[in-house]
Amino acid sequence: MSPASGAGDDLTSRVLRIIAETQRKDPSQVTIDSSFEELGIDSMDGVNIIFALENEFNINVPDDEVKNIRSVRDMVEGVRRLVGHADSTGDTAPAAS
Amino acid sequence: MRRVVVTGIGVICASGRNRDEFLQSLQTGRNGIQTLARNAEWGLRFQSGGEVAGYCQAEHFAPKEADMMDRFAQFAVIASREAVRQSGIDWTPELLADTAIVTGSCIGGQATEDQGFQDVYKMGKPRVHPMTIPKTMANAGASAVSLEFGITGPAFTIATACSSSAHAIGQAFTMVRSGMTDFAITGGSEAPFSYGLLKAWEAMRVVSPTVCRPFSKDRNGMILGEGAAMMTIESLDHALSRGAKPIAEIVGFGMSADAHHITQPSAEGAAKAVRMALKDAGIGPEQVGYINSHGTGTSVNDSTETRALKLVFGPNASKIVMSSTKAMHGHTLGAAGALESTAAILALTNNFIPPTINYSEPDPECDLDCVPNVARQADFEYTISNSFAFGGLNAVLAFRRI
Repeated sequence: MSPASGAGDDLTSRVLRIIAETQRKDPSQVTIDSSFEELGIDSMDGVNIIFALENEFNINVPDDEVKNIRSVRDMVEGVRRLVGHADSTGDTAPAAS
Repeated sequence: MRRVVVTGIGVICASGRNRDEFLQSLQTGRNGIQTLARNAEWGLRFQSGGEVAGYCQAEHFAPKEADMMDRFAQFAVIASREAVRQSGIDWTPELLADTAIVTGSCIGGQATEDQGFQDVYKMGKPRVHPMTIPKTMANAGASAVSLEFGITGPAFTIATACSSSAHAIGQAFTMVRSGMTDFAITGGSEAPFSYGLLKAWEAMRVVSPTVCRPFSKDRNGMILGEGAAMMTIESLDHALSRGAKPIAEIVGFGMSADAHHITQPSAEGAAKAVRMALKDAGIGPEQVGYINSHGTGTSVNDSTETRALKLVFGPNASKIVMSSTKAMHGHTLGAAGALESTAAILALTNNFIPPTINYSEPDPECDLDCVPNVARQADFEYTISNSFAFGGLNAVLAFRRI
């Protein structure tokens, strides 16, 4: 019944949970199709959520990626990509620019 | 109300170890930003900063003296010495008792604090150095200046993040204007390069991994800087009666709070402070020949500041001449208002406009003349310096040629 559960896999639900916790929202309010506007996420909130996601998944999100994140779906997909990446390179690689 | 003039200026920052070097950097658009001295050790997402290259405390202080001061307080004293020297003030017991000191600092001696916390948390040491508290306190700069000269008048420090020293100068200005004191030493200092603090800046994702390009479409953040700018200010009558030569007049001060967001700026809040400064100075927008902008080089600040200036200047906006000198010396946080006011005064008195360096691409959202890359000759009578802090606290100072 919960919209969040409709999004499927475990990684997605973990991202949605982190977003809900950081935004102090009820988890049922956060779905993969929620817009930042609906959730009241401004740029500082976005940075706070990414901080929480970095800790949850043990990843580093580069600044360049952060600029392109516009939706909950972007966050889920970005985390999925980085989690795969972290498996191969570890997360201590220096963030050369 | 009395007229208030600046009679001495002192500077130490990435763009110059003294006033003359700073002036030369502003005139030539010299970049003071370099790779952080401890970059390899720190491994941050950003690698550059406006550090005072080759700073050696032993050149300025006796060892015992240096032991008592964090780097930020040392900068405050060094800049104050230069300002006082230029003012030519002859200290009398009466003047020492009357002189005010108002400084701005956002983070105080946090490098000292950071070291102490590393000692206990990381190194597992059982104790922190006993000077940690007095070296860390934000007023340590003001206190060090009072000790340096033996000044016993009103002395305090204002902490309003990146507006701190603009608020400080504004406060000193109102104290001299009202007659509370004849003479004041005011400005700000900061030394933010310690690992813990830089990690906090890294987390905010507002520091550029490359270079600071204010108002340029491809801007990607600020670059941090350290340093101090201090000035001596006094009533015009006091300056003239002792035969001093005023450098510039402080004519207006405006301040406001955005009440909008803890980090995102508001064009309305910024515009309100600019309007108040112009009203206080008794001038119209068309009389302002140069604006030293807040111009941090973040996406949001620069477009918001542009909107704010358009709100104030209306049809005159197309004639605005402004620049951000932060691209050269970095964002010196609590020292920024003082350092940039100093830049504006040096521009005013030397008939030029300092450039916004690193500019590469016009942005429709920042479509005012920001004097890209190359300084310009210009004669003008009035200049303003904008400071818009995190927390939404704004301060704008207006200066006039004299």
